[in-house]
Amino acid sequence: MTKKFVLGIYDDEDVLLQAIENVRAAGTKIYDVFSPYPVHGIDDVLGIKRSRLPIVAFFCGLFGTSFALWMQIWMLGFDWPMIIGGKPHIALPSFIPVTFELTVLCAAFGMVITFFIVSRIRPTTRVNVFDKRSTDDKFVMAIEVNEGTTDISTLNNLLRSNGAIEVNEKEVIK
Amino acid sequence: MTEERLIISRKTTNKFFLMIAIGVILLIVGIIAMAAGGGEHHAEGHGEAAATAHEAVSWTKRLLINLWLNNVYFTGIALAGVFFVAVQYVAYAGWSVLIKRVPEALGYYLPIGGVVMLLVFLFGSHDIFHWTHEGLYDVNSPEYDPIIAGKSGYLNTAFFLIRMIVFFALWILFFNWLRRNSINEDLHGGTTYYHKSIRISAMFLVVFGISSSVSAWDWVLSIDTHWFSTMFGWYVFASWFVSSLAAITLTVIILKQNGYLKMVNANHLHDLGKFVFAFSIFWTYVWFSQFMLIWYANIPEESIYFIDRLSGNAGNFKWIFFTNLLVNFAFPFLVLMTRDAKRQMIMLKIVTIAILFGHWLDFYLMMMPGTLRTSASIGFIEIGTALVFLGVFLLTFTKGLTKASLVPVNHPFLEESVHHHV
Repeated sequence: MTKKFVLGIYDDEDVLLQAIENVRAAGTKIYDVFSPYPVHGIDDVLGIKRSRLPIVAFFCGLFGTSFALWMQIWMLGFDWPMIIGGKPHIALPSFIPVTFELTVLCAAFGMVITFFIVSRIRPTTRVNVFDKRSTDDKFVMAIEVNEGTTDISTLNNLLRSNGAIEVNEKEVIK
Repeated sequence: MTEERLIISRKTTNKFFLMIAIGVILLIVGIIAMAAGGGEHHAEGHGEAAATAHEAVSWTKRLLINLWLNNVYFTGIALAGVFFVAVQYVAYAGWSVLIKRVPEALGYYLPIGGVVMLLVFLFGSHDIFHWTHEGLYDVNSPEYDPIIAGKSGYLNTAFFLIRMIVFFALWILFFNWLRRNSINEDLHGGTTYYHKSIRISAMFLVVFGISSSVSAWDWVLSIDTHWFSTMFGWYVFASWFVSSLAAITLTVIILKQNGYLKMVNANHLHDLGKFVFAFSIFWTYVWFSQFMLIWYANIPEESIYFIDRLSGNAGNFKWIFFTNLLVNFAFPFLVLMTRDAKRQMIMLKIVTIAILFGHWLDFYLMMMPGTLRTSASIGFIEIGTALVFLGVFLLTFTKGLTKASLVPVNHPFLEESVHHHV
């Protein structure tokens, strides 16, 4: 199945930010904006909500802490008690480094894995590059065309009047 | 960019004077109570501990060690303020320009700190530092201590005083140098002062790296003369730096709430919050690195330090030991974890006040078990001295803040700081 997109090409960051605001204010839904580098404040104008990934990180970290403590207490305190350095079987201070490491490990891996799942990134993922110049020196605003409802010429005018240096159409395989 | 001049009203100054007055009154009450009652007696303690819990300590000793404690604490905050400014210069940091005058003004306490430190040492060295007693170095004396005698090449009064004077002289020199450049930049503009400040800061950082560690050994570690720890310089630095960051953040918030620093917004607070959060964890990291190795190895000459602070000294310091960790690690860690908390003034205010109190306790815990031992407590003398020092510190600090515009108008990175966004 193919989908059709209208691409507005911009060559200035400030013009782009203003254009995004105007295009959204005109009631057009922006599919995505591609940029060669992170643009400050673009999340706000695009209306992208803050990521909830930190919450995942917190709970993965909490899991790591609990798992590490449980593992060490159970192994060294109950399953196979050993006397190490004359300390009690359950000697908490000596468990802290492992607990710390597992907390960091679980939080980090949990975040990366969650990110892949949520963004649907897997080894077979095909990425549509709308315009190769978005990896060099141009900003590309992509707007999805719904057959019948989207008027391409109005869209063209809207983008051009907001500073687009080019407006292209592109069909991509979904 | 327009200048912003801080005006400290007569009323505010009077409040600081009132703080000093209350402190002095509490001190006098405490001293009279101690002189009349022969020290505060604690009926608690069991068996053997009860006997040692009544060691009499003179009020002069208690006063001197309190003066030392507060002076080390506040000098550290002032010094770490200058350190913060130097780090920002060397790192070519842009975000901190708007708040830069706050840490800069902290340094105004350094001359006072130097004088008080010198005076307290000259009058109170025997009460605070065990190693200053002559008999320890005399083979024929019954007090002779071969371990301390072996350290006499480094730990002797003359060298100690030389180090103290040299460090304060260098710190004050670099502080004045940086400050002068900063104010000249306001007046004349251009980037010359900025580039010069970077070079001064780089030199200061080298001086600071050595002197902060050595002064930590001298002023804090040498109280427990037999004990040693290679982590100690870092530990005291971490405590000083996080207190200083808390003081900077708190001042920025208070100034902002009073209508100053108009261009400072949640983004700057966020970065300050991150600093406070990160260095609370850094302090804990150093604390734990020191604790765990000593706990694990369990060598008597090392573990005595923590025994003195846990079950030793009739358990006098046990609650402070755990409060220290709770207030300085668990509280900031959990409260400042989210992004929103770091961007809200109220959260930052609560945490920074807790940290400032917590690290005062931290220094208390470093100094009291080695000096006042079982007779240490937090009473009128402790609160009084702390209030006097706080009052004096705030007077010099706020006076320093009024001396220049709160916004460094000609700083080359000012524009970047105004548009700072995280």
